[in-house]
Amino acid sequence: KSSVQTIGEEQIQNPYTELLVLKGHQDIVRFLVQIDDCRFASAGDDGIIFLWNAQTGEKLFELHGHTHKITAIAPFSSSDASEEKKKLILTASADRTVIVWDCTSGRQIQKVSCFHSTVKCLTVLQRLDVWLSGGSDLCVWNRKLDLLCKTSHLTDAGISALVELPKNCVAAAVGKELIIFRLIPSNDESEGWNVLEVKRLVDHQDNILSLVSVNGLTFVTGSHVGELIVWDALDWTKQASECNFWDSSVHPDAQPEIKLSQSPNETSVQHLTSDEECVFAAVGKGIYVYNLQMKRVIACQRTAHDSSVLHIEKVPNRQLISCSEDGSVRIWELREKQQLPAEPVPTGFFNMWGFGRANKQANQAAKKMRENTPMHVLELVGDLIGHSSAVQMFLYFGELGLATCSADHLIILWKDGERESRLRSLTLFQKLAQSGDLQLKF
Amino acid sequence: MISAPDVVAFTREEELEDELRSEPPLPEEYSVPLFPFASHGTNPWAKVASSKFTRDFILISEFSEQVGPQPLLTIPDDAKVSGTFDLNYFSLRIMSVDYQASFVGHPPGSAYPKLNFVEDSKVVLGDSKEGAFAYVHHLTLYDLEARGFVRPFCMAYISADEHKIMQQFQELSAEFSKASECLKTGNRKAFANELEKKLKDLDYTRTVLHNETEIQKKANDKGYYTTQAIEKANELASVEKSIIEHQDLLKQIRSYPYRKLKDSDFHPYEPESVLDQGDAGCDQDPTPSEPAETPLCAQTLSYTPKLIKAKSAKCFDKKLKTLEELCDIYFFTQTLDQLHQIERTFRGDVCYLLTDQISRALLKQQSVTNFLFEDVSFLDEKTPEKQYRGCQGLGQDAVDRKCPEESPAPKVVISLGSYKSSVECVPIKMEQEMEDSQEPKMTESGTFEHQENLDYLDADIKGSISSGESIEVLGTEKSASGLTKSESQASLPVSPSPQAGRSKVGSRRTVSEDSIEVLSTCPSESLIPEDFKASYPSAINEEPYADDEEGGLRFAPKRNPDDVDEREDVSKEENLAQVDSACCIGKESPTFPEPLPALGRKPCDEDGVVRIPPQPYRQGEQGPLGGSFGGFPSQDGVAGGLLPYEPDSRYLTGSGEVSKSSLDECSDSTSYVSSAASTCSDRTPSPAHPACPASERHKKKAGQNALRFIRQYPFAHPAIYSLLSGRTLVVLGEEEAIVKKLVTALSIFVPSCGLYAKPVKHWLAAPLHVVDFQKWKLIGLQRTASPAGVNVLHALSRYSRYVSVLDADSKTLRCPLYKGSLVPRLADHRTQIKRGSTYYMHVQSVLTQLCSKAFLFTFCHHLHLPISEREPEECVVNRRMNFLKLQLGLANEDLKIVQYLAELLKLRYLQEPGQRASPLLRFDYVPSFLYKI
Repeated sequence: KSSVQTIGEEQIQNPYTELLVLKGHQDIVRFLVQIDDCRFASAGDDGIIFLWNAQTGEKLFELHGHTHKITAIAPFSSSDASEEKKKLILTASADRTVIVWDCTSGRQIQKVSCFHSTVKCLTVLQRLDVWLSGGSDLCVWNRKLDLLCKTSHLTDAGISALVELPKNCVAAAVGKELIIFRLIPSNDESEGWNVLEVKRLVDHQDNILSLVSVNGLTFVTGSHVGELIVWDALDWTKQASECNFWDSSVHPDAQPEIKLSQSPNETSVQHLTSDEECVFAAVGKGIYVYNLQMKRVIACQRTAHDSSVLHIEKVPNRQLISCSEDGSVRIWELREKQQLPAEPVPTGFFNMWGFGRANKQANQAAKKMRENTPMHVLELVGDLIGHSSAVQMFLYFGELGLATCSADHLIILWKDGERESRLRSLTLFQKLAQSGDLQLKF
Repeated sequence: MISAPDVVAFTREEELEDELRSEPPLPEEYSVPLFPFASHGTNPWAKVASSKFTRDFILISEFSEQVGPQPLLTIPDDAKVSGTFDLNYFSLRIMSVDYQASFVGHPPGSAYPKLNFVEDSKVVLGDSKEGAFAYVHHLTLYDLEARGFVRPFCMAYISADEHKIMQQFQELSAEFSKASECLKTGNRKAFANELEKKLKDLDYTRTVLHNETEIQKKANDKGYYTTQAIEKANELASVEKSIIEHQDLLKQIRSYPYRKLKDSDFHPYEPESVLDQGDAGCDQDPTPSEPAETPLCAQTLSYTPKLIKAKSAKCFDKKLKTLEELCDIYFFTQTLDQLHQIERTFRGDVCYLLTDQISRALLKQQSVTNFLFEDVSFLDEKTPEKQYRGCQGLGQDAVDRKCPEESPAPKVVISLGSYKSSVECVPIKMEQEMEDSQEPKMTESGTFEHQENLDYLDADIKGSISSGESIEVLGTEKSASGLTKSESQASLPVSPSPQAGRSKVGSRRTVSEDSIEVLSTCPSESLIPEDFKASYPSAINEEPYADDEEGGLRFAPKRNPDDVDEREDVSKEENLAQVDSACCIGKESPTFPEPLPALGRKPCDEDGVVRIPPQPYRQGEQGPLGGSFGGFPSQDGVAGGLLPYEPDSRYLTGSGEVSKSSLDECSDSTSYVSSAASTCSDRTPSPAHPACPASERHKKKAGQNALRFIRQYPFAHPAIYSLLSGRTLVVLGEEEAIVKKLVTALSIFVPSCGLYAKPVKHWLAAPLHVVDFQKWKLIGLQRTASPAGVNVLHALSRYSRYVSVLDADSKTLRCPLYKGSLVPRLADHRTQIKRGSTYYMHVQSVLTQLCSKAFLFTFCHHLHLPISEREPEECVVNRRMNFLKLQLGLANEDLKIVQYLAELLKLRYLQEPGQRASPLLRFDYVPSFLYKI
C-alpha cells in the first residue's frame, strides 16, 4: 500500500481546472524554458525544439537542426540597448553542437560544432555578456559565438552543472568535486577573458547532482547520496551541511518503513530550489524544506510522490510545486503547523478504484513539535494528473498557468478555468463589437 | 430539431417494433374510439382514402412513338406499391399534358436537322376519380434512331395527398430537375457516343463506296457512266450528306453545355462520385475542344465500323432503345438513386415534411447554438433556398434571374385557399389541349400511327367524360416558357404547330366547360398564356407581350454572347416580373396577400388539440431580428419567454402505470389526437431524411436505447448530467454489443464541440489517455481479464477525476452527485413515451430549450464583464449567479450544465473559420460517488 499522501477528488485550492495538451514532440520532453511573458520553448530527446504560446497553446515554431537529443537549453536575450530586444535561445545537443536560435523568426542564427564532447550545461552570464558551455571542459563564448577561452580537459564525465557566483566566478560540478573558476579579463585584448581554476571543493561523498545559487552570498549543492551542503559564495567555505535526510534518528517522527527501503536512489538530491530563507530539496521521493537561518530541515514530506521527484519549484503564496517520475504534479503549501491535528475530510466514500484518502494522514500530523520554533508542514493542496509517464519538468507561468513536460512526449498546459472563461467572454464581446453584431442583437 | 409538443403527434416509425406488437391490447373499456375511417388504416389527416395505391411512388413513363404512352418503371420497384392503380391509364394521362411542344427534326429553313434543347416542363395534375395527384416532370431524351431524334419521357411523383403535391411543389420541382439533369447529361453522353459510332460507320461506308467507284471507273473504259456507277455515286453523295449532318448533330450536342452555361441559372449536373470525374468532365466541358473529345475517341477506337446500307430499316421494324440504353449507365444509376432518394424524402404524411422543414429552417438560423445537439451537416447540404424557393424551377426563368428583389421569394404561396380560388376562375378544357399538343406529332407521323393515336385519344376522351371532373391540371410551371424557348431556337420561325396550338387552346379556354380545372398556376409568366392574360387587361403592361407576339425572335438575342440589348432585356424582364406579381397576387388569387398563420399564431387551442396543420416556413418573413436569434416566435422577455414554458412535463410525468401497455401510439403525442396517426405507419413508410437516410434510423434507435436506459438504470440522471456537463462518461463492459448499445443510447445527450461529428467513441480497447478526454466525451471501453485489460483499468483509475464510469457488467456508476431539476425532466423513468423517435424528439426539445438558456447566458455582457471599470469581480460573479438561478431558474448542478454549454458556445464563436478549435479539457475537482442498482 502506498504511503503517499493523497488528496482525493475535491481540491478547492487547486486552480487548474482546464488543460490543453500540446502535441509535437516524438520523444521524451526534458526541458522547458521560458522565453518571455507568454512564450516558452520545449526540447527533448527527439532533438526538435518547439516554441509555444503559453496562453493559447499555439505552436509558434518548430526548430530543426540537431540530430541528437538535446542536452541543455538556455534563454539568451540580447542586452543591446540600441536594437530591440532580441530573444535568443541556446541549445546544446548530443551531436556535439550548440545552436543559437532567434525566437522571433524561428530561424537558426548560428551553429557551433567544434566541441570534443557533448555539452551538458549552458550558462549565460548576462552581466559579462558571455555564455559558458560545460562538457568535458569549460568554454567561454561571447555573443558573436567566438570562443574566448577554455579550460583544459577536466574529466570524461564532464561538467554536470554550472552556477554563476559573485566576483566573476562560476561553480562547476564535476563528479564529486565542485570546481570554482574565475573569469579574468585578458590583458592583451579588451574583449577577451581568461578562465582560471581557483579552487576545488571535495566535500561531497558522491556525484553532485544539483547546484543552485540561493542569493549573492550562498549557494547550495546536493549529491547522489543525499548530502546537502550550503556554501559561502564569496570564500567558498562550507556553511552548513545536512546529510541525514533519510535518517529517522534525526527526525524521530519519521516512519520506520522508509528506513527499510533505503537505497541511494531514494536519497539522492535530484533538484534544489530556493527562496530567500529556505532551500527546497527534492530528495528521492520526498521533499525537504531546509531553513538557511535555522540550518535545519523545518518541514518535510518524505514520500511526496510514488517515485523520484524530478523537479520542484517555489511559487508565490508559500506554495511549492513538484513533479515526479510517477507522472503526477503536486501542489504543496508550506503551513505553520497547527496545534490540533486537522480532522480528516470525509470524501470519496464510494471509491471503486481504491483511490480513496490514504490512512497515513495522521502520521504527518503527528510530527513532533520542537520547542520554541514554529513547526511547518507541507500540506498537499492539489495534484495534477494528466501525463502517463514521468513528468520531467514544469514551468510556472504565473496566472497564465503551468506547463508540464513528460516522457509521454506531451506537454500539458494547465490553466485556471475561471480565468480562461472570463478571457473568452472578453474576446467574445470584443469580437461581437467588431463585427457590429452587438447593435443588431442587443 | 425544434420539436414543440404538438409536433410529436407526427412522429413516425418505419415499422412497429416487435415489442410493441407483443404487448397485450388495451381492455375494451379504456380504448378510445377510433377515427371513423380508421378501417382504411389511415390517419385523421388523410383526406381521401379512395386511392388505389398504398403509398406514394414515382412513375417513369414514355410517350413511345410505336405504342404510345406507356409506363416504364416505378420507384419503389414493387408491384404492391401501385396496387390496383392503373399505371397504363395514368401514364396516358400524365403524358398527355406535356406542354412542351417541341419540334425537332428537319426544319424547312435549315439545311441540316437541328436538335432542340428543350426545357423540362413541370405540371401538377390530379385525378380525383383515381384519388391520385401527381407532380409530373416532362423531359426529352435524344435518340439517334427516334423520330426527330427525341424521345419524350416523364417522371411523376404520385401521391394520394393533393396537399403534399401542392405544398411541396417547389421541393419536388427542384429535386426532379436535378434528377432530370442527371439523366439528360447521361443521355447526351450516350447520344454523342452513338453519333461517333455512326460517323465511323459512315466514314467506313464512304471509303468502301469510294473504292468501289474507283474500281468501276478504272474498269469502265467506255467513256460513259453505267447506271451502276451513277447509283454508286448517288449513294456516295447521300453518305457524304449524312456524314455532314451527323457531324453537325455531334457539334450541336457537344456545344450544349457550352450554350447552356451562358444561362447563369443552368446547373450542370455534377456527379457526387469522384471516380467518374473524368467521364463527367469530358461530358460537361463547356468548350468541347479536342482534348475533351479524346476520351470519347479513345473509347470508340476499338469499335469496328460497319457498312451502312443505303436504305436503312424504317423505325417501325426495329426495337426502340430502352431508357437504360439511352443513357450512360453511370448516370442512369445515379438518376435512379436520386429518384429513390426523392421517394424516401417525400414519403409519409405531409405534416411531417412540413414540420421537418420548418424546424430545419429555424435551426439553420440558430447559427450560434445549433451545433451543440444537432447534426448540422445536413443543414449545410440542404439550403433553405432550395427548400423554400425552389430555385431551380423558378431560377431557370429569366425573370427571376435579373431581379430577385422584384420577384418576392415566396411566390408560390402554399396556401390551399389560393388554389381553390383559382379553380373557380381558371377553367380550361383539357381534351383540346391534349389534342393540340399532339397535333404536330400526328401530322408528322404516318397514318399508321395516327390511327393508334386516335384510339388513345378516343379512350382518353371517353375516360374524362365518364369521370366527370376527372382530370385536373393542378398547376404548371414552365409550360409556356418552355414553349417560347423552343420557339426561340431560331431555326423555326415559321413553325406553325405550337403557336397555332396554343392560340387554339386559348380560344377554347375562354369558352370551356367545367370538366377540367387548372387548380393552380405558378408564378412565372409562362403560366399565363397571353390570351389568358388578356382577360385581366388592367393588371398587365402590354408592352412585353407586344414583343412576345413576334414569336421566338424576342428571346433569340439572349443566347447571343455579345448581346447589345442586354439592358433592354433587363427592363423587359423587370416588366415581366411586375406583371407576374400583379397577375399572381393581385388578380389571380386574391387570397394570396393574406398572412400565413405559420409562426406567430398559437398552434394549439386551449384543449391542446392541433387545429392548424403545420405551415411551410417562409424565409422572407423574417424581421430584422432574423439574424442569429433565429425565427423564434417573439417572446415577451427573457423570463417570460423561458421560464413558464416547461414542455409537456405534465404529459410525461403522468401517473405511471395507467394503460402503459397499449397506449403506445397515444402516448407519443402530447396532443390527444394521434391515436390513429401512427397506425398507418406500416402503410405509408415515413420519409427518410434527404441528406442522411441512415441518421433517421439512428435517431430512432438511439431514442429507443435511451428510453430503455433511463428505465433500467435508476442512476441515469447523474450519468446524463456527466455528459451534459462535459465530463467524459466511460461505459465499461465485456460485451461489445451491450456497450455499444449503451453508448448509442447516451450519445443523444452529448453536446458536440464543433462542426465535426459528436465526440463519441463507441468501442475502445486501449488504455485511456488524457488526450482521449479532450477528444471524446462518451467512450465505450472494453474490459478484459488480460494484462492489457489491467492496464486499461489502471489508466481508468488514474484518470478517474476526469471520467464518470458506467460499468455495464456490474451495473454500477461512479460519477459526481447530481441534484438538479433539469435532467429529471429530460429523462424521467416514468415517462409514458414509448417510442424511440418520440423520445428523441422530446430530448431534442428539452435540449433546444437548454441551448437557448446557454445562449442567453453567453451573450449577456454584464454577466461576464464588469459594467464599469471599478466594479469588482465579485459583483459580476454575484450577478452571474443570480441570473443563472433566478432568471434561468437553474439550481445546483444545472448551473454547471449551462456554464459548460456556454463555454462551448464561446469557443465555437471565437473559432476562426479556417482553423480548428484547440481542444481543451475542462474539469472540476469534485468527489465522485458510486451508484448501484
